Amino acid sequence: MAVESGPRAVEAADVTGVRGRGPRPGKNPGRLRRSLSTHWYAWAMVAPVVIVIGVIVGYPLARGVFLSTTNANEANVERTIGVNHIPATYESVGLDNYKAILDDGVFWDRLTWTVIWTVSCVALSFAIGLVLANMLNRKLKGRSFYRMALILPWAVPAFVSVFTWRLLFNEKNGVLNKVLEGGGIDAIPWLNDPTWAKISVIAVNVWLGVPFMLVAMLGGLQSIPGELYEAAEMDGASPWQRFRHVTLPGLRPVATTVVLISSIWTFNMFPVIFLLTRGGPGDATEILVTYAYRLSFVVSPRDFAGSAAWGVLILLLLSLFAVVYRRALRKQGEVW
Amino acid sequence: MSSNTTPSNTTPSKTTPSKTTSAKPSVQPSAKKPRPRGERGPLASVALHTTLLIASLIAVLPPLWLLVTSFKPQSEAFSTALVKDFTLGNYDHVLNDTKFLDWVVNSLFVVGLTTVIGVFISATTGYAVSRFKFPGMRPLMWLLLITQMFPVAVLIVPLYNLLASMELLNQPMGLVLTYLTIAVPFSAWMMKGYFDTIPVEIDEAGRVDGLNPFGTFWRLIMPLAKPGLAVTAFYSFITGWAEVAYASAFMTGEENLTLAGGLQTFVNQYTSDWGSLTAAAVIVAVPAAVIFGFVQRHLVSGLTAGATKS
Repeated sequence: MAVESGPRAVEAADVTGVRGRGPRPGKNPGRLRRSLSTHWYAWAMVAPVVIVIGVIVGYPLARGVFLSTTNANEANVERTIGVNHIPATYESVGLDNYKAILDDGVFWDRLTWTVIWTVSCVALSFAIGLVLANMLNRKLKGRSFYRMALILPWAVPAFVSVFTWRLLFNEKNGVLNKVLEGGGIDAIPWLNDPTWAKISVIAVNVWLGVPFMLVAMLGGLQSIPGELYEAAEMDGASPWQRFRHVTLPGLRPVATTVVLISSIWTFNMFPVIFLLTRGGPGDATEILVTYAYRLSFVVSPRDFAGSAAWGVLILLLLSLFAVVYRRALRKQGEVW
Repeated sequence: MSSNTTPSNTTPSKTTPSKTTSAKPSVQPSAKKPRPRGERGPLASVALHTTLLIASLIAVLPPLWLLVTSFKPQSEAFSTALVKDFTLGNYDHVLNDTKFLDWVVNSLFVVGLTTVIGVFISATTGYAVSRFKFPGMRPLMWLLLITQMFPVAVLIVPLYNLLASMELLNQPMGLVLTYLTIAVPFSAWMMKGYFDTIPVEIDEAGRVDGLNPFGTFWRLIMPLAKPGLAVTAFYSFITGWAEVAYASAFMTGEENLTLAGGLQTFVNQYTSDWGSLTAAAVIVAVPAAVIFGFVQRHLVSGLTAGATKS
């Protein structure tokens, strides 16, 4: 029984492959039958998810890749106007879309900004989250108050927060500028100047992201055994050395995962930019995802093929990132 | 505040728990927080509290400002004063003169259905992955992980076309299907993490008593996994509640919008009805925040469980 179930079996599967430790059929037919029925149940239980993912991720993905090699746009896809059914007239153009995108400066501009956006958002929210988590992990008066206050941004739906920030950022009347005015500083065009707009969207996203980091780091800190700190203290380690050599290594399993997850989330972060600036001014704050969205749902005629090609490129970039990241971890002896 | 400077009374206790944990063979005792080290000077205490207070202020101010603004009359939306002319007019306007309630109903329907279906199928998947070793398990885990990083942009156009051909555009069911792709992979991971914490012996006892694997899952493990299920449900709910891109693209026509799309109509290039927006936003945020308060502890352990176990 223990061989076929439980977390230990999962670990074993990691090492020995799926079938490596299966029951020995020759010796024990009863076990074989039981294992078959077990697999049957397992497959039945995962079937709904596999079907859902297959139908509404697999099919659209395949079709997206296909569309990206055509010249499909709003004017030539299959559509119905009134009672008339107009068949699709787009045709295959091979890799022309990709060539056009890669030759065009827009893609590289957007990519550069997306990388800056992702790195600065993740780095800032990670650093702030780590510092705050360390502070909250001490004996401290009002700890639960601080904790509740600090994770409040997480509790508010993101689009509500983003609307609030738009209210605060309003150039003529927003609270932020009113406060600056009170201090004798000129109003800042938060969302209307390319540079300020970039700073603003990053600030809002960091504000949104810190609670997740904070809470994950708190969980990580609490899983570090206290004896390690005692031992370090016995050896005369300074607080900084304890942080450097006990806390940081102890946080690594959690930290690597949340950094990976939040990098991917931030890279694809649609609502913050879409709702805060609509990618503007101009396309200053447009990241890859919002730009691809703009191609198919904002500009006219809707460029379905171009948007799909952008999407495929984004997916390739992310996969590349995940593979490289995982390699790097593995080199350092991390299991994941 | 000054009482923080004397943590010395806690020092004696710090040596005792280590004995109990050293009895465990594992190097990873669960959820044990490091005890305070040494003394903290008064200056450090002040610095600590100041930093935390500032951070809390930054975290709390925007939602608080939203709340304050929602009670101001429309013309005063941008005044920096705290409430001068307290009014519930914005709420009255939003509830009675706009399609807000339609949007709430749409959102609740879409998100509710997503949550129920999503939780059920991610629970069965999570259980299968946690308990059974079966051919195809590792590819499945990878599939779930990879699906999470699919950008909206890759899927949105083909999904749009797919839904159009199935005449599901502008239909809540279309959004439900879409949201399942977002909610299920992550939920399945969380459920696996949670099921891993339930002792296998319980399954074994169930089998000995003659339950089949599905019976074990449904009658023994599901009741035990209620906290995990609650967290997963909450995650699915929040995901759908706050989704913007698909909702904006797939739903048109004022009655069909969900909240994320509907609220955009208050403030766009042409109109800026901040009073209605803030009132509506408060109505949207308060229930979410309250539920969040209840589940946030579990949320984290669910999120990080899969990571730390590996």
